[in-house]
Amino acid sequence: MIDESSVEIDSLSHWYGKDSTRRQVLQSVSMKIEPGEVVLLTGPSGCGKTTLLTLIGTLRKIQEGHLSVFGEQLYGATRKTRQKIRKKIGMIFQGHNLLRCLTAEQNVQMGSDLLSDLSYKVRRDKAREWLRAVGLEHEMQKLPHDLSGGQKQRVAIARALAASPKLLLADEPTSALDSVTGREIVDLLKRLALEQACSVLMVTHDPRILDIADRIVKMEDGRLISSIE
Amino acid sequence: MNLNVWNTRKIPLSWLLLTRQPLRLFVAIAGICFAGILMFMQLGFRDGLFDTSVTVHKLFDADIVLISPRSKSSISMSGFPRRRLIQSMAHEDVIGTTPVNWTFVLWRNPKTLSTRSILALGFEPTDPLLTDKEFSSKAKSLTNPGRVLFDELSRDEFGPISKWFRQGRVVETEVAGKRVRVTGLVSLGPSFGADGNLITSRETFLKLLPNTPSGSIEIGLVRLRRDADSEKVAKSLQLSLPNDVKVLTTEEFIQFEKNYWRNSTSIGFIFTLGAAMGFVVGCVIVYQILYSDVSDHLAEYATLMAMGYQIRTLLGVVGREGILLSFMGYIPAYLSGQALYLLVRNSTKLPVVMTYQRASLVFSLILIMCMGSALVAMKRLVDADPAEIF
Repeated sequence: MIDESSVEIDSLSHWYGKDSTRRQVLQSVSMKIEPGEVVLLTGPSGCGKTTLLTLIGTLRKIQEGHLSVFGEQLYGATRKTRQKIRKKIGMIFQGHNLLRCLTAEQNVQMGSDLLSDLSYKVRRDKAREWLRAVGLEHEMQKLPHDLSGGQKQRVAIARALAASPKLLLADEPTSALDSVTGREIVDLLKRLALEQACSVLMVTHDPRILDIADRIVKMEDGRLISSIE
Repeated sequence: MNLNVWNTRKIPLSWLLLTRQPLRLFVAIAGICFAGILMFMQLGFRDGLFDTSVTVHKLFDADIVLISPRSKSSISMSGFPRRRLIQSMAHEDVIGTTPVNWTFVLWRNPKTLSTRSILALGFEPTDPLLTDKEFSSKAKSLTNPGRVLFDELSRDEFGPISKWFRQGRVVETEVAGKRVRVTGLVSLGPSFGADGNLITSRETFLKLLPNTPSGSIEIGLVRLRRDADSEKVAKSLQLSLPNDVKVLTTEEFIQFEKNYWRNSTSIGFIFTLGAAMGFVVGCVIVYQILYSDVSDHLAEYATLMAMGYQIRTLLGVVGREGILLSFMGYIPAYLSGQALYLLVRNSTKLPVVMTYQRASLVFSLILIMCMGSALVAMKRLVDADPAEIF
């Protein structure tokens, strides 16, 4: 497991639509993400970044090519296998996608509740710890609509990390935030990911945060065009 | 084990989904409650009708009842020869009999002077008639001719008889065109067939209705030894007696009357239909609530799926919402049902009461309603595509 890559992609292609409207969005993409590596994925909109993210996140079926996450082959994988892998992947969305009816603490605990062999108290303490780590110790009992955009995104990060993922997928987590908050968020993300030895794949348009990456991958028209160390 | 369950508990998502939207929850509870009340009332009226059709039947001091095979119900009783009752005395288990005349007569309200049909029972005042212990002392007053006992639970349209009687006034009125005096009050209760009852001696009965053949009675009460099996005795009596008489146990006598109202009238069907409508209305409301709940939270459900929650877990959330709703809707429906039953009892004098069977039937129906709606709403959940939320 140590020397195994978190994600291995080999000539992965993907299409949307059927017959005449069929459109290729990924063309023979190959890449690797090592454990603990922070990779930024950039490129114009519509170039297939999000599709790649959802394929790695096991939210879509693989149509052609090889994709393995934590050594598990995803092509033709059963629902059970995908479910299992999904639990090890933390996801942070463009919209924070918090559950409106839950408090910040409960939202984060929805993440730690996935670790079902831990007791309720441990899971709750874990949720509180993560909220403290993202600097929201005073907003734990607030509902999402009482939180600012930055705070919501921080809750979402805490939720993603609370399930102790080995891979974080983030889709433009800073797009709804101002530059100062956005910077704070990605710094936090990087620091927490490093502490957890968790790989990060982040899609972003934001040129101000490129410096946190170990590697930046550029995409255009469904192809990886360059990789900058 | 208990501790283990406590430790493995999760965030009560179903509860929070419902309670953090108080307005929607209120509408849902009001809808289920309304459906529940509708079912309680319709079924209550239906069962009340069947029960009240036998208010008098239940009070007779008898183990076996003889009726004419031509009798269809309490409102159309035919006569049979009184001799059959005497013949039944031959059976070793029979310890006593009471011949009873049963018919409807016109009662004149002594206050408004209008007439109304009332059920009149005639019997020998020395014979036992009702299981009520105090009754035999009241019956003694009937030995004089022209005396009647009036049912104080009769509808008010018969006049303020019990009120006047209690004030010590001499209450006299006309029954079937002849003068009678009320010498006592009994508690029988009105039924759907009879708005009121009076009990009189056989002698007075025949005076009021001179056309009654003297050897003919409408029902014959038969009392058995304490250890006798009434069903067995009824069977052997039926075999030994001629077929101009039908032998029923008291329970069968009660069912005979209920069956008439259930099968020979449309009343049972109408009330059952009413209850079914309540059920359907409830289904529609709960379905609407749960469906829109799932639709509104589709992105959130999809997020949970993306996080690694199984669809089974999420279906469980919707299912638990259904169960919670059924409990939250049933409790107020039950309490309102009790209150409305009280109201019905007070205003119509019909003994509509909450029975355990009906309470559990309505609860089962509400549970089916909520779970069925939850099942249909779950179909929507399957549409949640976690790939769409990126």
